[in-house]
Amino acid sequence: MKAYYSLFKMTLIKGLQYRISALAGVSTQFFFGFMFIMVYQAFYLSNPATQPISLRELILIVWLQQAFLVFIMLWFRDSEIINLITTGNIAYELCRPTDIYNFWFAKLIAQRLSRAILRCFPILLIAALLPFPYKFTLPDHLTTIILFFLTLILGLIIIVSISMLIYISMFYTMSPTGSLLMFSVLGEFFAGLTIPIPLMPDFLRNLTYMLPFRYAADLPFRIYAGNIKHDEAIISIGIQLFWILLLLTVGKLWLKKALNRIVIQGG
Amino acid sequence: MIEVTHLSKNFKVIKKVKGLRSSLRTFVNPQFSNIKALDDVSFKINEGEIVGYIGPNGAGKSTTIKIMSGILVPDSGSCQIMGVTPWKNRIEHVKNIGVVFGQRTQLWWDVPVIDSFYLLKDIYKITNRDFKHNLDLLTTTLDLSQILTTPVRQLSLGQRMRCEIGASLLHNPKILFLDEPTIGLDAVSKLAVRNFIKTINKEKKVTVILTTHDMNDIEALSNRIILVGKGKILMDGSLTELKNKFSTEKIITIDYTESNEVINITGSKILTRTKERISLSIDLNKIKVSEVINLISQKFEIKDISVENRPIDEIIIDLYKEYQV
Repeated sequence: MKAYYSLFKMTLIKGLQYRISALAGVSTQFFFGFMFIMVYQAFYLSNPATQPISLRELILIVWLQQAFLVFIMLWFRDSEIINLITTGNIAYELCRPTDIYNFWFAKLIAQRLSRAILRCFPILLIAALLPFPYKFTLPDHLTTIILFFLTLILGLIIIVSISMLIYISMFYTMSPTGSLLMFSVLGEFFAGLTIPIPLMPDFLRNLTYMLPFRYAADLPFRIYAGNIKHDEAIISIGIQLFWILLLLTVGKLWLKKALNRIVIQGG
Repeated sequence: MIEVTHLSKNFKVIKKVKGLRSSLRTFVNPQFSNIKALDDVSFKINEGEIVGYIGPNGAGKSTTIKIMSGILVPDSGSCQIMGVTPWKNRIEHVKNIGVVFGQRTQLWWDVPVIDSFYLLKDIYKITNRDFKHNLDLLTTTLDLSQILTTPVRQLSLGQRMRCEIGASLLHNPKILFLDEPTIGLDAVSKLAVRNFIKTINKEKKVTVILTTHDMNDIEALSNRIILVGKGKILMDGSLTELKNKFSTEKIITIDYTESNEVINITGSKILTRTKERISLSIDLNKIKVSEVINLISQKFEIKDISVENRPIDEIIIDLYKEYQV
């Protein structure tokens, strides 16, 4: 266990070194945040019918999505693991008394966490200073915040378990491009990052509720914004746990199978 | 300690042909060929041995190392290392071994070497006392003190290799697999690495299995060599045995005061000849070195003599030729 924690710590510290990258990330995310808000505002102004989610809630969601972008994006990839697989350096990884799945898992979580820590505070802080409709505010109840953090962390675990599947698929394809593209386009859509889930037609919304993606990128933020009530949130946590269990089991079994057939060429 | 019996491994490779048209044909109807990387390989290695595992490119050296370190699953055959089958009980097995693949790196690329070492300490659950002791030993014998705090990406190949070897020994492995450990090293680093391997073998009774193309490594380190070619074991024996078998020639170089006297000694062949120096290769089956010197001293006033064995590299080339690998 200590090994996984040490790797976690090392990756975290390493990730915290990249200040310039964080700064660039913060400004990009601000730009995107404003763009999304403008689009939604235009939509709400031109469409007087009541929507299942208010503009105010949507604005909160946009800021949170931007602040925790690295928690929810599937395209975010770890080139070190990709290199391990494609160059055959995984040979060394296999020579260590560790479970490779857990080892990579710890690393991927730490990576996303370190990036999020550097990015979320400046974004949320500045967003909190904006004038009213755009302003980022705290929710009314402490329970909301607790539920938000709980679902956010579980969501991070879901995203990393899905991305593990992308890496494992590389044992067969040797290239991250295909699965990464498939997963990130579909995943992003079904996570409600293209169209907010409350604004989707019924059949699509039902579909997203049956897939794991929204439990990472949609659920925590809508809980925070107050669009999802506490009792629904608690049920959703159960569903999150179910997905985590399923994804971890599938990932571990698949990796085991993949490792049995690998051939490390050269050298 | 290590027992390998009837190990076989085949690789299926798509036959690629030159040219666009044949490439298209391969695309539609790929032709596979089976490559026998290992073909019924058996050997036994005892504790404390240093074994040189040699053979030409593509002989199956690395494949054997990979199977023994639990990375690769063979098609058939068995391999018991300290009572464990590597690919079945991978995690238990790798606690006992250290591996260096000369062409790969096990250190984390953008953190200082010492951080990688500390991470390995936790991975292998090394106690503080052992860790400190090993780190001190490695730092002094491999001369690492200057480079421990440098990120790995800034190290030169030789510096990195010394750190790699250090990293693979932190956890007191009983067996050390070295796959081309001296590749790309300068003379000083090579010597340091060799001395180090000798030291740990003597002091800690570490069993070492070493593949290399540098025959000086073998000469300096191993008392036993296993020669493989085309996936088969061709020879298994001591270095002296090998030398005696194949080295039936010696080379004599003689300096003398200027002379144009004709030399013709049966059993010897003139390699080079100038007015003041001659180089002869002597077939020991036909004539003794002392006889040759005697004959020459009768005609010339000898100033200096040197007698050399044939370089081991040449012996190996002969060996490869004889077994047609």
